[in-house]
Amino acid sequence: MSTETPVTPVTPKPRTATPSKPARSPRKPSNIGTYLILGVLFLIVLFPVYYGLVGSLMGERDTNSFPPALYPKNGVHPENYSKALDIIPLGNQYLTSLLQTLGITLGQMVTSALAAYAFVFLNLRWRGFWFAVFLSTMMIPFESIIIPNYLLISQWGLKDTIAGLTLPFLATGFGTFLLRQSFLSFPMELRDAARVDGAGHLRFLFSILLPLSRPSLAALGIWSALSAWNMYFWPLLATEDPKHQTIQIGISQLQSSDSDSPGMVLAGVMLALFPTLLLVIFGQRFIVRGLTTGAVK
Amino acid sequence: MKSILLSVQGTDILGNPSGFVGFVNYTRMFSDPDFLQVLWVTFAFTILTVIPSIAIALVIALLLQSRIRGVRFFRTAFALPFAFSVATASVIFGVLFNPASGVLNGILSQFGIDKVQWLTNPDLALWSVSGATVWMQVGYNLLVLSAGLGALPEDVMEAARLDGASGLRLQRSIVMPLLTPQLFFLIVVGTIHSLQSFGQIKILTVGGPEDRTTTLVYSIYEQAFANNNSNYGYASAQAMVLLLIVLIITALQFGVLERRVFYR
Repeated sequence: MSTETPVTPVTPKPRTATPSKPARSPRKPSNIGTYLILGVLFLIVLFPVYYGLVGSLMGERDTNSFPPALYPKNGVHPENYSKALDIIPLGNQYLTSLLQTLGITLGQMVTSALAAYAFVFLNLRWRGFWFAVFLSTMMIPFESIIIPNYLLISQWGLKDTIAGLTLPFLATGFGTFLLRQSFLSFPMELRDAARVDGAGHLRFLFSILLPLSRPSLAALGIWSALSAWNMYFWPLLATEDPKHQTIQIGISQLQSSDSDSPGMVLAGVMLALFPTLLLVIFGQRFIVRGLTTGAVK
Repeated sequence: MKSILLSVQGTDILGNPSGFVGFVNYTRMFSDPDFLQVLWVTFAFTILTVIPSIAIALVIALLLQSRIRGVRFFRTAFALPFAFSVATASVIFGVLFNPASGVLNGILSQFGIDKVQWLTNPDLALWSVSGATVWMQVGYNLLVLSAGLGALPEDVMEAARLDGASGLRLQRSIVMPLLTPQLFFLIVVGTIHSLQSFGQIKILTVGGPEDRTTTLVYSIYEQAFANNNSNYGYASAQAMVLLLIVLIITALQFGVLERRVFYR
């Protein structure tokens, strides 16, 4: 970092700015403004979360009155949940979502680990070129290749199967990139020592390298699981039978099938949300890690 | 690798299964006023989602940097929307937007404002869908910006403070330039992400009213899959337009614009 003041085109230098909001200054106690703005934003951002949860326990008398109630005025209705379970084959859909998520997460972790290993530790010819090719796959939006994928899965008779749901997502450029960054910081001496001790590539990868790269693996795992569980477009195409659909498709159909009981629809939403809510609450630091690997260059 | 292979097949599939038709799909596409509207809607939707979602996240991130009590609580709370999928968030917003019994109109009625047709008013629907989408994207942007702010070099900050910079002056002259890599990353990623939006449109408006919320990806879906249309050739041509736009934006990231970002 040079000591010169950086001149950037992005931010013009304001000469007239008055320090009316000393957000970073620890001395001045005028935090009321900060709390006020934060509080308002908090209410706005968190309201859909609140209403999803509270609404899922409200009866139709509350949700269908106008103006609608913001809390259960006329009793709590936990039976919304059992009703939601009755209307869509939620049990099946939970299982489908779970298997899809597991398949994609494990698949991505294995393929990313192997690919990243190859890029870091093997003396491939054209290594840089292949890595660039690999990275470029990250830039192709799935939506632009969804038609050939769909035709392929249909031709192979894989519609309504777990294979059809997982196959297009078993490899990921993002995961490879993330693990490669982690492997690059691995001390070469340790690798040489392992080799002297007679460890082959696979043994080195699975019993030394990967255990030591646990934080990156966890970051990748949580990212994969979150995105797999939350997928919408592909499961919509790859499944037709409600029994084989994922929970995400299930709740969206719950909405269109019965718009008169929002409480029940929201109960379905809460059920679909539960696993990812746990992931986000307990995996926050790994989420940040996965994201800074992608974001900061 | 597989993606590249398939994307090539994607171009080959033009005209299949009826055989090769050359560029007919492309010429048809650009002379079709419907498609031009799709492009316009996609563009408007992207602007309406990317800029507000970054601006709101930036305000929250900066406020969370200040040394006040309860920051940890706020941080966890603001991360919660991150767990929502497009489907779950869209279904909730569908309930909130409901003109007859939705909470939004309920709140407006307290101020004496008549019921608003959030999703069926042609002039309003795109704004409503965009609003819901902004909500979905703020969490991610907030995490990136918070991570960036957390990594600000303390020595630079300290030096600036010793020089008498504080408050807005400090934010605008020191913090923002140091944050440009993250901001730039979010603009590119957010734009690409918005271009790919599908679930909220399918669930909230089904592309209507009057196709005013039919974005490029939704149009691809409509041509190829909705109502067994099976218009694969025409949809593939649109998919190639999407691919091209995303590649151009990515190229911009690595080429022109990145040089203007201030890196330490």
